[in-house]
Amino acid sequence: MISTENKKLAQWAMDYALKNGCQAAKVRLYSGSNTSFELRDTKMDRLQQASENGLSLYLYVDGRYGTYSTNRLNKKELEPFIKNGIDATRFLAKDEAQTLPDAARYYKGGKPDLKLIDPKLASINPDAKVAMAKTVADEAMGKDPRIISVESSYGDGDSFVYQIHSNGFEGEKQNSWYSLSSSVAMKGDGEARPSSYWYESALFLNDLIKEGIGKKALERTLQKIGQKKIKSGKYTMVVDPMNSSRLVYPMISALYGSQIQQKNSFLLDKIGQKVGNDKFTLKDEPHLAGAFGARYFDNEGVATQPRTIFDKGVLKTYFVDTYIANKTNMEPTVGDPSILIFETGGKGLQGLIADVDNGILVTGFNGGNSNSSTGDFSYGIEGFLIENGKLTMPVNEMNVTGNSLTLWSSLVAAGNDPRLNSSWRIPSLVFEGVDFSGL
Amino acid sequence: MDRRNFIRTGSLALLGSLAAPSFASPFGATGEKTAVAEAMNHFGVSEADLQKVLAAALEKGGDYADLFFEHTFSNYVGLRDGAVNRCNSNIDYGMGVRVLSGDQTGYAYVEEVTLPEMLKAARTAARIASGNKKVNPVALTEKPVKTNFYTVSTPWEGLLLKEKMPYLQRLNDKIFAADKRVQKVTASLTDDTSHILFCNSEGVTYYDYRPMVTMSAFCIMEENGKIENNYASRAYRKGSEFLTNDVVDVIAREAVDNTAKLFKAVKPKGGEMPVVMAAGGSGILLHEAIGHAFEADFNRKNISIFSDQLNKKICNENISVIDDGTIAFNRGSVNIDDEGNYGQKTYIVKNGVLNSYLHDRISAKHYGVSPTGNGRRQSFKNVPIPRMRVTYMESGNTTEEDIISSVKNGIYVNQFTNGQVQIGAGDFTFFVKSGYLIENGKLTQPVKDINIIGNGPKALAGITMVGNNLELDNGTWTCGKDGQGCPVTQGMPSALVSKLTVGGES
Repeated sequence: MISTENKKLAQWAMDYALKNGCQAAKVRLYSGSNTSFELRDTKMDRLQQASENGLSLYLYVDGRYGTYSTNRLNKKELEPFIKNGIDATRFLAKDEAQTLPDAARYYKGGKPDLKLIDPKLASINPDAKVAMAKTVADEAMGKDPRIISVESSYGDGDSFVYQIHSNGFEGEKQNSWYSLSSSVAMKGDGEARPSSYWYESALFLNDLIKEGIGKKALERTLQKIGQKKIKSGKYTMVVDPMNSSRLVYPMISALYGSQIQQKNSFLLDKIGQKVGNDKFTLKDEPHLAGAFGARYFDNEGVATQPRTIFDKGVLKTYFVDTYIANKTNMEPTVGDPSILIFETGGKGLQGLIADVDNGILVTGFNGGNSNSSTGDFSYGIEGFLIENGKLTMPVNEMNVTGNSLTLWSSLVAAGNDPRLNSSWRIPSLVFEGVDFSGL
Repeated sequence: MDRRNFIRTGSLALLGSLAAPSFASPFGATGEKTAVAEAMNHFGVSEADLQKVLAAALEKGGDYADLFFEHTFSNYVGLRDGAVNRCNSNIDYGMGVRVLSGDQTGYAYVEEVTLPEMLKAARTAARIASGNKKVNPVALTEKPVKTNFYTVSTPWEGLLLKEKMPYLQRLNDKIFAADKRVQKVTASLTDDTSHILFCNSEGVTYYDYRPMVTMSAFCIMEENGKIENNYASRAYRKGSEFLTNDVVDVIAREAVDNTAKLFKAVKPKGGEMPVVMAAGGSGILLHEAIGHAFEADFNRKNISIFSDQLNKKICNENISVIDDGTIAFNRGSVNIDDEGNYGQKTYIVKNGVLNSYLHDRISAKHYGVSPTGNGRRQSFKNVPIPRMRVTYMESGNTTEEDIISSVKNGIYVNQFTNGQVQIGAGDFTFFVKSGYLIENGKLTQPVKDINIIGNGPKALAGITMVGNNLELDNGTWTCGKDGQGCPVTQGMPSALVSKLTVGGES
């Protein structure tokens, strides 16, 4: 919770900045707490508990702009902190594009509660938390003689933000979260100790899936035993919903106004153009109640709204904040997306695999990167060989290499199976003719 | 204003207009009081307070407790579109309590460093044990920093923002002047200064003053409608004496050269091939292929691919690999780790044999060995765990030219952006920003943007030639593990790995 006292402190800090030389100012107050219990082989290994606070100041001084943050929340220390921040900002070069957003664009309140905070959080007994992590571990512990280690953990926390701007914005955000996870390591071939994991998370304890986590981690590890590198070549690539976001990431990064303004985007000057095929439709749906990432305003206080980003492969929008809009001739949109919803297809992962004659199912990426100017990417992978619609062998130590524009033009199917505990709801995806390097 | 208040608020005071260098030095510098006494004064705690908190931490029967106090102030100043027009300063302040019971850990931290808050945190962390114990207070004895690997001449606190700005402007101007194809430059300078006070239930207490600086430039170039980007940076544990025109000019040159060469580069044909690792940043191979897997937390849990390899021969007997916390001014150096053990030079591979894991307190006890000084944490908000420092291979006796000329068809790699490893399976990767094809023993076509993947034990065993040209890479490397970032660096002489899988077209 942000206390009334701290809200008053934020208001005071803004007033103090305005009185001491700022023409405009923004204050953001953060407060959060978290708890975790980690078990190893069903026994307690580590417990951690924390709570923290922070105050950030965004100061607009004589056409210049500086930001300052501290976790020392008392007036006696904030006074010199703010005054000296103002003095320091005055040394900078002018940047007239740095302004607060037009007040007309702010979220004005009045919409229904987004249901992101669980009132139960503070009242859960620590023993109950440990018991949940223990249940996760029990599902895997002792279930196979090759098991070396079963790790499981329970975590929860909350996060609160209170933000005020000198041209009239006041907003508050809050959410809670819970997670249960498991990781299982086994003796594999030679010295190898393959391991895999599974996790579930939710905003409300009642929605948290508490069963099947240890079991899934174990199954996923067992499937990896005997991984081999296979022949280099072009394969159909199927990516499961735990990993498909990795391929969307470069496409989203390329849409930030700052990247466009800095000419560092392979999607520069591509609005209205087809950059993927018809199966590629991606929307920002910020107002889904009870969903990770839901919000009525972005980091600038600007009201969010549903927005199509890619429509049947055609690029519809960039993420343009006030600074970039001031600096370029682009219309401001929103600083960043909230909840990404990928248009789903009709099949689950198994159904998608069944349609592939010669492919690789990617179940994990291992390192790699993407060139933001050109869209070229190359990632390490592990997964399974698909032959005639069936998984026939676990594979590893291979790379997948290509270009994002080519890749999204070769999308042939999307699944119906996005993970709902992420603000990026990306299902299984299938791409044709992708370069894999192995033997 | 007494010193404590001055420093608490002062980090920012100095940012603007005031500067009082006599107050802005490491504690203990005047010799009037010990460093620890001054640090306790700074954090507003007495020895009796620390003893009370340690006693509360152990009241449930824990074997060991430590308290870690940190005050870090960080400054960033940035250039974009030709002007130094942005800055940020941040203060992080607080303390963490750790309790060990066997190899179990309880941890809690507070930002309000008052006795009631610290006691509350101690009692939370204490719950890792479940018993009752009356603990007698232990007298604290200062463990002095034996050798200071990062003595600061002029602390960052004494420097005004306006004194930093011309260096960024010069960096920008040098890059634009060097090549007509340059379209955009972003540049930044960040400095961090940390005051660390530590004490534990064995009576050890120390104070360490930790400076850090990073300067980097990111460059966008355009040639015939084609755009490429690349960067260069330098990072050290140094004070503001770091700032010279020379270092700016080196970064500018490197940023331009790194970007320019990408226009001629292609994607190679992918698959298994010999890889020549150039001297310097190629140390990323050591960091990913063996460094993480040698961290002893993974080994005591038996989940590293090297868990059963201690004292066994794992590679060519001419190879020795070191993890070193004692290199002057290096980004990865530690005077004393975050558990009170001196930084040291640790042979992890000696003459081809796995000589030592990298230990924290828990693992050193598990293996019955002396700590290696690798117990590090991101901040007071985190538990210490085994982390690398500066990881490098000793020079061999071959020239790089001889190594390259021994390869008929392969690849030469010399700039990297990131890497990753699976500790148990041993598969590791690193991303090659740029390199060259090797054809008939000669470097030919430049290549870029490809991932390389291999398996740690096999890759190490596959190093067949080691150059005589060890170089450390002083770029801004940050290692991530368990959600904690930790400053590190690495180094390497040129070396031939007989076979790795290179990403590319088929």
